[in-house]
Amino acid sequence: MVKYIIKRLLLSILILFGVSVILYVLLRFMPSNFIEDQYMISHAQGGASEEQMKADLQLILAEYGLDDDSFWGIVKGYFMWLGKFLQGDMGESFKYGKSVQAVIGQYMWLSFGISFVALILEMIIAIPLGIKCAVNQYGKLDYVATVLCMVGIAFPSFFLGNLFIKWFAVDLGWFPVQGMTTEVITEVIDGEAVITVSSFFNYIFDYIRCLILPMSVMVILSIGGLMRYTRTNTLEVLNADYIRTARAKGLSEGKVVYKHVFRNTMIPLVTQLSFTLPSLFGGAMITEQIFSLPGIGQIAYNGMLAGDIFLAMGYNMFIAVLTVIGVLFADIMYAVVDPRVKLVG
Amino acid sequence: MEEKEKIAQPAEENAAEAKSNFNDNLHGESLADRTKVLSPWATVMKRFFRSKLSVIGLVTIIFLFLFSFVGPLFSPWAANGGKVIDYNPALIIDQYSYPTIEYTVNGVKYSAMDLTITAPDFVRLGGISWSHWLGTDASGYDVLTRLMLGGRISLTIGFVVVILETVIGVVLGGLAGYFGKWVDNLIMRIVDILSCIPTLPIMLILSVIFTESGLGGSISKLYYMMIFLCAIGWTGTARLVRGQILTLREQEFMLAAKASGLSTGSKIFKHLMPNVVPQLIVSMTLGLGSVILMEATLGFLNLGAPLGTATWGNLINLASTSEYREYYPNLWIGAGICITLAILAFNFVGDGLRDAFDPKMKR
Repeated sequence: MVKYIIKRLLLSILILFGVSVILYVLLRFMPSNFIEDQYMISHAQGGASEEQMKADLQLILAEYGLDDDSFWGIVKGYFMWLGKFLQGDMGESFKYGKSVQAVIGQYMWLSFGISFVALILEMIIAIPLGIKCAVNQYGKLDYVATVLCMVGIAFPSFFLGNLFIKWFAVDLGWFPVQGMTTEVITEVIDGEAVITVSSFFNYIFDYIRCLILPMSVMVILSIGGLMRYTRTNTLEVLNADYIRTARAKGLSEGKVVYKHVFRNTMIPLVTQLSFTLPSLFGGAMITEQIFSLPGIGQIAYNGMLAGDIFLAMGYNMFIAVLTVIGVLFADIMYAVVDPRVKLVG
Repeated sequence: MEEKEKIAQPAEENAAEAKSNFNDNLHGESLADRTKVLSPWATVMKRFFRSKLSVIGLVTIIFLFLFSFVGPLFSPWAANGGKVIDYNPALIIDQYSYPTIEYTVNGVKYSAMDLTITAPDFVRLGGISWSHWLGTDASGYDVLTRLMLGGRISLTIGFVVVILETVIGVVLGGLAGYFGKWVDNLIMRIVDILSCIPTLPIMLILSVIFTESGLGGSISKLYYMMIFLCAIGWTGTARLVRGQILTLREQEFMLAAKASGLSTGSKIFKHLMPNVVPQLIVSMTLGLGSVILMEATLGFLNLGAPLGTATWGNLINLASTSEYREYYPNLWIGAGICITLAILAFNFVGDGLRDAFDPKMKR
């Protein structure tokens, strides 16, 4: 097992190397004058003259290895980036004026919070429902739930998000249309801003109110996949010999389902959950975009559109690393939860 | 449930008949003459059409195709790409009535059109009417016609991308599975790398690159992006084909093929590939939905085809303008429904095919 993990880790490094090369080359194909323009726009507020700014920019580009667009220039720039990346320095985000790791660290947690709560909700609804559907296969509930799940899977996030905004935010006015809370956590008492109990709860409730719509969009979109997965696996377990044995020895149906079936259904589910790692931390780009949430997805989206090379590089590598870890973790978890599985290196 | 029992009954009768046939056999008539043997494909078709959801999916797909490819023939506006009126204020005043104000000056009644209330854009955004079932948009296009024309591009792109991805995936996956060793290692590492690259961000970066390289204004930008989508999207098919071939390679019929001295090409394409076709058809059908979704996502983010082009993605892009989202749902809901229906239908058909192909499913 240890040998297997070491082998997989080495392979992962190779994969990440390949991913970074492709990404870097692709990003360097962005016309350099575009990056310069974007830099000028984002740094225009200073009083410096244009020549001064151009000179500054050249210095910065040279420092990051972006000044030479020839083949060897790109190779050199890549290794400069790689050297810094391995030391934990992902470069500076031109658009946000901070280091990339600071940008990711700052905006990641909102995305993580939303995705995490959405994931918990999905599991609470989808897993029992999936098992119930499998136990009553071809029943009415099974039919309805399966069709609804398929509809949920088919909905594009931008369509559902906009429909929700139109219905619940605009027509009914239950939720804010976009953005985060407008309330402040403090209350002004005698000219001083103090956190009181009521202002604190106001803030929290408003915070939650802003997140309900995006969260429900995310839950509806991905609940179908999880439910169908649970259903398929439960069906497989239900056909297993040990379930027949359990029934034959006279166990009640409840005990069969909740003790014998349920536990074995969890095996593939645990591994499946490892694959959600990238989406858990990487943010939902489109959903965040629609609801104007300052999560990492939207920040990265705007950065990439603005030709922010290092942010694009950093964000995509972040996702790639999470994907690699997720896959590796899934394989290891598979061996951990199912003793029949042996990992051979 | 009831239906399935009804179908099950004749099967039993058949079995009884077959039994009696077997007895008759002694009198000189062979079993094969009496019983009807279904070919594997006919069995698959029979199973497929037995599932209600698959049939609903198939009907929806046919409807969407007729809607997109035949529908425009019945639209009076289709010839101009859906354009109803030119941006000519005189024509606009002619076609749409501004609110009229009536007033009296010195006993003489005047009536005038109030041009202050409605800006030209506002007027061209006609609501739902008999001649425009989904209204007209801000550039004076008939939305329903645009929806049909958009379907042509979106559906065609879906099919072309999926077919290209499958061809690349089959060839590379087949090579990896058949030859093994370093070929397998090399191809599978490429697959690993490509499947780690996040698709949407890459498409975003590509869109920026193409736009900045001067392709922004033409539809070929969308085509180039779709080529890149194929270039990173074939990995799933390759994995599937490789896995199948790895198991098939060890089976007896391949040993027989080897023993009869067949060429490598004939072994791969005549004996291995036909066994992978069922899985390929399923993955292609399911893949169609995801390509259509990708095109729509790009269109929604305004990264796909240039704005004037009608694709489903570009039409739903209007929803990102808050004025349209709030007051003119007729402009974008149609496109959203079309995209959702297409994805749903392809998923239904894909699932139905998977069950129909599965030899373990008895019914």
